[in-house]
Amino acid sequence: MSRYTRRELLMLLGRAGTASMLGAMGLPLVGCGGRDESMEQAGEAAGGRQAALNRPRVVIVGGGFGGTSCAKYLRRYVKDAEIILVEPRQTYHTCPFSNTVLAGMNPMDFIAHDYETLRTAHGVEVIHQTVSEIDPVAKAASLDDGRTLGYDYLVLSPGIDMRRDAIEGYDEAATEAMPHAWQAGDQTRLLRAQLEAMDDGGTVIIAPPNNPFRCPPGPYERASLIAHYLKQHKPKSKILILDAKDKFSKQGLFMQGWEALYPGMIEWVKGSDWGGMGRVDAGQKTVYSMFDKAFKGDVVNLIPPQQAGEIALRTGLANDDGWCPVDQRSFESTMHKDLFVIGDASVAGQMPKSGFAANSQGKVCAAAIAARILEVELPEPSYVNTCYSLVGPDYGISVAAVYRMQEGQIKSVEDSGGVSPGEVDAQFRRDEARYAEGWYQSITSDMFG
Amino acid sequence: MRKYLYSTVLCLAVGLLPAAGSATELTRGAMLANSCAGCHGTDGHSPGAIPSIGGKSADFIETALKEFRSGERHSTVMGRHARAYTDEEIRLIAEFFGREAQ
Repeated sequence: MSRYTRRELLMLLGRAGTASMLGAMGLPLVGCGGRDESMEQAGEAAGGRQAALNRPRVVIVGGGFGGTSCAKYLRRYVKDAEIILVEPRQTYHTCPFSNTVLAGMNPMDFIAHDYETLRTAHGVEVIHQTVSEIDPVAKAASLDDGRTLGYDYLVLSPGIDMRRDAIEGYDEAATEAMPHAWQAGDQTRLLRAQLEAMDDGGTVIIAPPNNPFRCPPGPYERASLIAHYLKQHKPKSKILILDAKDKFSKQGLFMQGWEALYPGMIEWVKGSDWGGMGRVDAGQKTVYSMFDKAFKGDVVNLIPPQQAGEIALRTGLANDDGWCPVDQRSFESTMHKDLFVIGDASVAGQMPKSGFAANSQGKVCAAAIAARILEVELPEPSYVNTCYSLVGPDYGISVAAVYRMQEGQIKSVEDSGGVSPGEVDAQFRRDEARYAEGWYQSITSDMFG
Repeated sequence: MRKYLYSTVLCLAVGLLPAAGSATELTRGAMLANSCAGCHGTDGHSPGAIPSIGGKSADFIETALKEFRSGERHSTVMGRHARAYTDEEIRLIAEFFGREAQ
């Protein structure tokens, strides 16, 4: 140590291109030595990435439930990594609680969040761009503005995209005429506006897809809260759920709640009874069954079949079903190393495609990447999901599970979890409604705060 | 050789820098407890209706979780969660959230 003066040290550091960064952040480096060589190679391959020395770069694509949680928790585990979150939107609207916006219970602002705290409090560089291409061999992500980001690890949390080819007649115009509102934001506004414009006595058709899809109880919470809105403002109206499936999440609890709060208002038709989705005529707001039976709605909320976000497919990370297989202990893609897929896009054993699951997976993935960076063993992961649904403003129900890796798959722990009890008093449902909102405040602060 | 030198120098230099806020150690306890934050907030600090557990004593949390698990303590959802955890896991979770109380 005495061989170097402070000035010499700073000079050497300056040459390494990291002195100003270290000085500015005052952060200790973890895992000195041993990693620089491979990282420099990665940097060079990625087109002359600078400052790779000793400071691993993790690029996270997608700033939803998975991406934000992964960024924040990775920072907690590794102080000196360069963490870059790429998300095109400056304001993110959550799907959870968007049904309360549809019902007029909350304004759009209620589900809007920004990335300021991730930037200022957690040292995450947030770039509002779209990733146009990922080269998993050169380990680089190209952005729409022409920039290329080399990476040591890349996490994709791209959410879902609608499968446009899945339903005959379901084109771009159909997404306006029959909004899915299964990605919150403009689609939420659109469906809300259509519900507001509908006359009393109208029919709202909700058409949920087959499994697997984002938020399994979501369509039924939506039916519930739209019923809550209609009951107050358009009480002669009806809701017709034309389901692709013959059963659905928390079915008994939902139906019990509908009977209690909205008797006769919501009709659920199972797939095998109506024949399932054949085609749509968006202009006529009409859905046709496989047997060509027509169902015309005044408002049609068509929730189409889904697949992993398009960037995941284009990068070659998806299987034939359109979802991304991963090592479920780390969420590393089975297709490419150092590339991780979390959230709805991934195949995650028994975990549902939910915001809560993505939050939980983001943390496990952060730990897995931290373990690589810090060169320590990854402790046994634990995963959780809790999905609250509001049947009414004071009527909440839930399904919960804790998961472990069992025989190479994420499986729920036996004799635990499950749905809310069927026979309870009104106070229990009120408590769960209160906790649903408490959950929303907690998880969004866990992501964005 | 140059690379080796840089990394040695960096390691030495780090010793001269002031220590930043300590990171969460990557432990099984942290991995278990972080999964609770989805409802209870980061480090167990809840901004809303769900009870905060960060900073409660480890003994309190351990006892509460065991009582949720047995059904002795009323809950809406915690009984369903607590049944998934062993005594050892409950102790690790309790210790993690109890850190601030010490």
